[in-house]
Amino acid sequence: MQVLLDNFSEIIDGFIVTLWLLLFSGLLAMVLGVVLVSMRVSPIAVLRGAGTTYVNVVRNTPLLLILFLFRDAFPTVGFNYSVNNYFDFFFTAAALGLGLYAAAFVCEALRAGVNSIPVGQAEAARSIGMTFSQSMTTVILPQAFQAVVPPLASTYIALAKNTSVALAIGVTEATFVMRKMTNDNATARWWIFIGFAAGYIIIVWSIAGIAHVLERRGAGWR
Amino acid sequence: MSSVLFDVPGPKARRRHRLYTIAFLAVVVLVAFLVVQKFRSEGVLTSAVINDSFQNSNISFLLDGLVGTLKAAGLAIVGSVVFGALFAVGRLSDHAVIRLPCTAVIEFFRAVPLVLLILIIWFSFKDTIGTLGSLVAGLTLYNGSVLAEVFRAGVNAVHRGQSEAAYAIGMRKTQVMTLILMPQAVRVMLPAIISQCVIVLKDTSLGYVIVYQELVRNSRQVAQFVNDGTILVYALAAVMFIVINYSLSKLAEFLERRLSRRGGQPIQRSPLDVE
Repeated sequence: MQVLLDNFSEIIDGFIVTLWLLLFSGLLAMVLGVVLVSMRVSPIAVLRGAGTTYVNVVRNTPLLLILFLFRDAFPTVGFNYSVNNYFDFFFTAAALGLGLYAAAFVCEALRAGVNSIPVGQAEAARSIGMTFSQSMTTVILPQAFQAVVPPLASTYIALAKNTSVALAIGVTEATFVMRKMTNDNATARWWIFIGFAAGYIIIVWSIAGIAHVLERRGAGWR
Repeated sequence: MSSVLFDVPGPKARRRHRLYTIAFLAVVVLVAFLVVQKFRSEGVLTSAVINDSFQNSNISFLLDGLVGTLKAAGLAIVGSVVFGALFAVGRLSDHAVIRLPCTAVIEFFRAVPLVLLILIIWFSFKDTIGTLGSLVAGLTLYNGSVLAEVFRAGVNAVHRGQSEAAYAIGMRKTQVMTLILMPQAVRVMLPAIISQCVIVLKDTSLGYVIVYQELVRNSRQVAQFVNDGTILVYALAAVMFIVINYSLSKLAEFLERRLSRRGGQPIQRSPLDVE
């Protein structure tokens, strides 16, 4: 227990890196996920094919392999993505890898949400003469928003937990700090584990809580 | 090709779509060309590097890794199904003494990152269960908890009349669960179990942090050895994962379609269906 208090600031620093990773990769995943899902539902066959290929390739590759690609492989063909001392090469590599990985899941979550809207809604919109964009923006998407929240929340919870994989490419996020602390204080390792597990559980529950609020507010719009 | 959301394209729209198609393909070709050009100028695509990267000893080392991956994944999936079934039944129990601990265990292991779990198991028990054991234990606890929720949803989805009928002919709770509910739930949940296999296969790569010999670790070792061919080696490892996992996903989809047809339920159509 004492070891957690003694290293409190170090632990907080670790979790701050975790949250930065979550923020940047989450934003990237959202932007790219929206682009991908628009590609996957578009009437143009090549775009659909490209979107589907991206999702199938990324979803079936281990995250760690993607992170290794960003750290070891892309620099060999001349990429360097270090921003500054805090957001260094390793951090940016991890954020890019996590973001591109999560984008495939965000795309699928958005698609699942839209899929849950009954087809009759679209048929009704079309039959009163709405165009594609009208039926999409005034009928389908407002309803889809609420349906999208739960699968999207699971995607972001998974992303928050996946930031821990970044320790394998040398990002000093929370799990990295835990491994170091456990090496230094082997006898207190269970306390250290419980402390860090609690930190992650707080992050996970916060995302679930935000999702709950959004879903309830969405219910009022209907 | 048509969808509820837009009309069947007429001649004008078809021409426009063709234009977009050509424009998109042109962009793809251009990007591919630039990438190849870049690779060449960095000396990644020379025949020396390709031969060096894919020499027989490297390939067989990667295949060794694949065996390690499959071994860990196989053990973990069996463990997860058993763990999941036990804890799902526990969580469905009428007795709070059993239900609450099972609920706590499931919720805890679902919320904690797998890397954290694998690390602490390995730190504490590596001398008794070894590296493979630590990895399998971590994978089992996490995926078992996920599957427990899947099973529970499956049992709850079995029509109420089934258990009522079973109680009516005098079965006890255990009998209703093991003879009536579980067999039907597992049948419906088979696609979900196979989808979970994909996740387990990918997550075996986390064995990297505890120095377990699997495909990602071995490909990294080869990559360090061939240096310029790093990107090629990783691409090969990724292809192996994609082939296996894509086949599994397709199998899950196939089973799902077959089950929904057999159950007599219409497959729900949605606005996004494109025929």
